This record gives sequence, structure tokens and C-alpha cells, in this order.
Amino acid sequence: MNIVRYLRHPQSDLSAALDRITSMRAEMDRIYDSTFGSSFRSSASLSRWNPAVNVYQDKDQFIVVAELPGLKKEEIEISLHDDTLTISGERKREGSSEQVLLTERFYGKYQRSLTLPTAVDPDKVKASYRDGLLQVVLPKAEEAKSKQIEVALK
Amino acid sequence: MVLNEDNRPVGYVTPLVDIESTDDGYVIRAEMPGVEKSDLEITVDNGELMILGRRKPTEFTAELIYREIEPHDFRRVYELDPSIDTTKVSAKIDDGVLTVRLPKAETVKPRKISVQ
Repeated sequence: MNIVRYLRHPQSDLSAALDRITSMRAEMDRIYDSTFGSSFRSSASLSRWNPAVNVYQDKDQFIVVAELPGLKKEEIEISLHDDTLTISGERKREGSSEQVLLTERFYGKYQRSLTLPTAVDPDKVKASYRDGLLQVVLPKAEEAKSKQIEVALK
Repeated sequence: MVLNEDNRPVGYVTPLVDIESTDDGYVIRAEMPGVEKSDLEITVDNGELMILGRRKPTEFTAELIYREIEPHDFRRVYELDPSIDTTKVSAKIDDGVLTVRLPKAETVKPRKISVQ
């Protein structure tokens, strides 16, 4: 009869699982970047809350819409560094005296950055918040607007 | 792709939800960014609570160039505990967070019995 010493995983199950997820995520990011380019993807860690965004464009401006439900205006910070828009802040839990049975929502600090494809005019950026949606309008810089050329047909 | 009446794909997303227990019942808080009061449909039927929040189309015509936000409406269904008084369910929505209060019926609340 063999006596085998009972050995737990050299690494805890949780940290091993996290390692696997992290490397999987890095791999997914790599595939995504090679397909779509990295300009919009958030440079985020796993633990953070990264609000979902949509980006729209017309000939004069970009419009960024971010899902930020349950925040107050003071809890949203918007900054622009060159062509990179950053939305950040912190969400606090409400009704903390109650007993929590299930929690899927994110609390704590959040941050989301995205780089716009062309230069924008930092002095003309406008933002509004309504029904949990943040909308940031970023007019394109004059030099970045596509020049319209008329070609005469003969 | 199947489209519904306003040209959006048919289907739902599941809103993220917190559920808390209070002294007199339960509170559900569901994230429905972009949904306001008039876009909500909440029903209690046959012991089931259904919450539905309809997204509005964008107010501008600019072209979508990058998407993370699903275009679908929010929907979730919960089976209600028999202790909940379904006639007293109330709901409100603030800043895209729907709060549904589910009070327990008077008969199941803990009562203090005085000894004579």
C-alpha cells in the first residue's frame, strides 16, 4: 500500500483561475487589436468597473455615450488629454443599512478612457447627464475636418 | 436579423441587479441606463414580477462607429415569494436605476405578542 502525502494545489485555486482569466483576456485583447485596432479599447484591469460606451461620428463632431446609471453629476469627472477622453469617478452604495442578498452592480471607482480617431477642439467639448446616460459631444478640430473637394464633370 | 417596429433587433439584455432585504420586505435595484418612467412596463402576474425597460433611439443622426452598448431593451423576470403582498408593490426610476419595493404581507411580518 502506498502512502501518498496529500498535497493541495501548489497555488491556490483562486489565484490559478485568475491567472488563467488574465492570460485569456490578454489573448482576447490581442486578437481584438489585430482586427480592429486598439484605439477604443479600454486599458483596464479586471477589477475595475469600465462603463460601456458607444461612439458616434458625423462630419463635424464625435459623440460619446456612456452608461453610468445611478450617479450624481458630482460623481462624474470628464477630462481630455490630447485626443484621449477619460471618464472617471466613484459610485457609492445606497441603502447600506439593508441586508444585501444579491449584488451584481459595481461600486467604487470607475474609469474609462478612449482615444478619438482625429483631433478635437478641447474648448468646445460639452457634456450632459440624463437617465443614467452620459453624453459627451466633441467637435472636431478645424484641421481634422475632411475637406470637401468638388470635381467638375466634363 | 429580425427587427421590431422601430427597426431595432428583437431581444433583451438582462439588467444588473442588487437585491436587499429590509424590515418590511425586499428591494430590487436594476440598472437601466437611458430608460425613463414612460419607457417602463412592470407587471405582477401569477406570482411573477416582470420588469421591462425600453431604450429610446438616439436623438442625433451621427453614424455609430464603435459599439459596446447593446441596442436591446432591458427585461428580467422574478418569481415572487408567497409572503410578498403583490397589491403593495411600488416602483420608481432615478438616473437609470429602477427601484422596486416588495413589501411582505402584514400576516407574515414578525409581531410581538404581549403576554396577559
